Amino acid sequence: MFEAPGVPRPHYKALFQTLLELPPEEMRKSQQAADLSFLHQGITFTVYGNDEGTERVFPNDLLPRIIPHHEWRKIESGLTQRIAALNLFLEDVYHGGRILADGIVPRELVYSCRHFRREMRNLTVPRGIYVSICGTDLVRLPDGSFAVLEDNLRVPSGVSYMLANRKVLKKVFPTLFRDYGVSPVEHYAQALLATLRPLSPLHSPPRHEPTVVLLTPGVFNSAYFEHTFLAQQMGIELVEGRDLLVHDNVVYMRTTAGLKRVDVIYRRVDDDFLDPLSFRRDSSLGVPGLFNAYRAGSVALANAVGTGVADDKAIYAYVPAIIRYYLGEEPILANVQTYLLSDPSQRKYVLEHLGELVVKAVGESGGYGMLIGPHSTAEQREEFRQRILAEPRNYIAQPTLSLSRAPCFLDGEAQARHVDLRPYILYGENVTLVPGGLTRVALRRGSLVVNSSQGGGSKDTWVLRA
Amino acid sequence: MLSRVADSLYWMSRYLERAEHTARLIDVDFQLRLDQSPEAGSGRWLRLLEALQAPRPEDGKIDATTLTHILTLDKTNPSSIISCVAAARENLRQVREQCSSEMWEQLNRLYLQVNSTISSEAWLLHSYVFFRAVQEGAHLFQGVTDSTMSHGEGWQYIQLGRYVERTDAVARLIGTHLSRLPYSPDQAVESEEYLEWVGLLKSCAAFEAYCKKYTAELRPLRVAEFLLLNLEFPHSVRFSVDMVHAALRAIAEMTERKAEQPVRLAGRLRATLSFGQIDEIIASGANAYVQSVRQQCGQAHTAIHQIYFDYPVESALNH
Repeated sequence: MFEAPGVPRPHYKALFQTLLELPPEEMRKSQQAADLSFLHQGITFTVYGNDEGTERVFPNDLLPRIIPHHEWRKIESGLTQRIAALNLFLEDVYHGGRILADGIVPRELVYSCRHFRREMRNLTVPRGIYVSICGTDLVRLPDGSFAVLEDNLRVPSGVSYMLANRKVLKKVFPTLFRDYGVSPVEHYAQALLATLRPLSPLHSPPRHEPTVVLLTPGVFNSAYFEHTFLAQQMGIELVEGRDLLVHDNVVYMRTTAGLKRVDVIYRRVDDDFLDPLSFRRDSSLGVPGLFNAYRAGSVALANAVGTGVADDKAIYAYVPAIIRYYLGEEPILANVQTYLLSDPSQRKYVLEHLGELVVKAVGESGGYGMLIGPHSTAEQREEFRQRILAEPRNYIAQPTLSLSRAPCFLDGEAQARHVDLRPYILYGENVTLVPGGLTRVALRRGSLVVNSSQGGGSKDTWVLRA
Repeated sequence: MLSRVADSLYWMSRYLERAEHTARLIDVDFQLRLDQSPEAGSGRWLRLLEALQAPRPEDGKIDATTLTHILTLDKTNPSSIISCVAAARENLRQVREQCSSEMWEQLNRLYLQVNSTISSEAWLLHSYVFFRAVQEGAHLFQGVTDSTMSHGEGWQYIQLGRYVERTDAVARLIGTHLSRLPYSPDQAVESEEYLEWVGLLKSCAAFEAYCKKYTAELRPLRVAEFLLLNLEFPHSVRFSVDMVHAALRAIAEMTERKAEQPVRLAGRLRATLSFGQIDEIIASGANAYVQSVRQQCGQAHTAIHQIYFDYPVESALNH
């Protein structure tokens, strides 16, 4: 927010001024009203491994984060480039494997990935689109530029909080919001529907209105609020596995008026649990026979099965090379430096510097399975050393980033907290980036972990119009 | 509409109606007890337990404090108010995208309020506030539902749930009352007895509406007629069955399913009530009549379940 102590950056000036003039009591009241409105609306998430009260309100911070127009333009073009390259990569990996033959990405890295799905080889997905919805985590480097921290190409979540935060902020700072000229985000659900519909397989006779549904694991999933919210905003059915059935390779949903054919499934269920006949047999969340119907081309899934191979944290290190390979362009957004622990010399370096680095398991997300060197104990470091030595392919390391900070309203005053940014990219006939995203905040002082499951919160992100 | 969704909306509505009904019964009892001797009060507790299908205390001791706790805030009792409100909310939570945000907020608020109530002696003294809050919460929910949700198929299941539950609950209450209290049908009731009949009417929120129609002179025959056969009062059995029938016809039309079974069952029950004569009903045994109403209502419930919620896939594929 500040260039130098007491001197706000130009685009933060108006907010700073408003804060100076606003009595803290006012702010506290607004915060309480916002918290209460979140509780009453039930905007909650579920914490796993915690018995008491599994529903928790997702903490929201009232001070917006502001991103000037020119910075957003760069993010937009960078992410558009990135998702295009990653889609080409997935298509290639599941067909000829040119990029592997050319030695750009090591073959064993792809085939050893837990999320690589052999079942997807030589399968043509609708319109060649593997990743329709992507949420990419960005961080601001010390030089002020944005870099990609990780891609989420499987079932990225959090977009509903972006929309909920916006709704609250418009109530709290109406004039400030108007005067700032903030780009709207409210059309996200509509854009999502427009991205999903064209995936519908062509039937004979063709039908004009494809039936799109959102498949949720159910009410106990941590993102259940978001599933209901998106289904409602799009005006589509929210289904669970038990609502669907497959007959003769056609997917139906069970309605009060009989069985109804389903064309496109926006699934928020992981690959593993989609179909007990093809993947995990103990899954009760899935639909038996769904994958066969998908193979037969009678139903589309978004995102496609097996996209996790491209957001593997070890593949991540190769994304700049992937962009150069398929698009012949230089990456617009940089990566964060990444050490691959399957490489002996990099591993040696990392093991010697565990106290300074962040170690992450490649297939995990949500802040689980992480070691933050500077905040770790000798015991934890030893534990990770053993784990790395046992399964080097399963880990990567990155320098501990000094995430940029933004002011948050905590305990009655503005305090600086670490933040990151997750914009959402919709990839279809057009690429749509709703100008904004989820700014996640590490609410614990000094903490670098922004994940909601690890005590993180969020705030609204204002992308300025010009 | 998804069968699972219809099922959840239906049960959500039933549970909320049940919570409201229980709250009203205990609330009325609480008020009446102030005017009565303890003996009369314990008789009414037994009837109340019977009307709510709650088990009698094992030791046979009627202790208002314990019983009130069991029926209101006891989470281990699946029919307590707190359990019913929680079940209603859980059902709605599973189909949140089908209701308006206002409906969810209203029910969630009621749930949070009920859940934050702590059972204690002091609470019991002022428990009328709690019962009032539950009834008001349910009324608000109904109003919010009617004015913010499309009156489409989903709304019809909510109607259906409410009135199936109400038919059964009110019928049971009348049955218990008429079979446990001595009365002479066409004579005005007096003094001590009077309170019991006022209690019955108030338990159906019907006292004022009754007075408007028949004045404050209470005759058992008229009370029974009003609660069973009145066409216009929303807590009468006949009114409730009319609503069940209307909802079922609307659903049959919307789903384009010629669901003869539920519509026919509800239609037959409706006809029974439309052409019923209260003096004949009393003469031939009010309790048997009420039991037959409840049985037919139960059959309609089963038919709804089989046709809309849980049908065999084979039958639907040939459809």
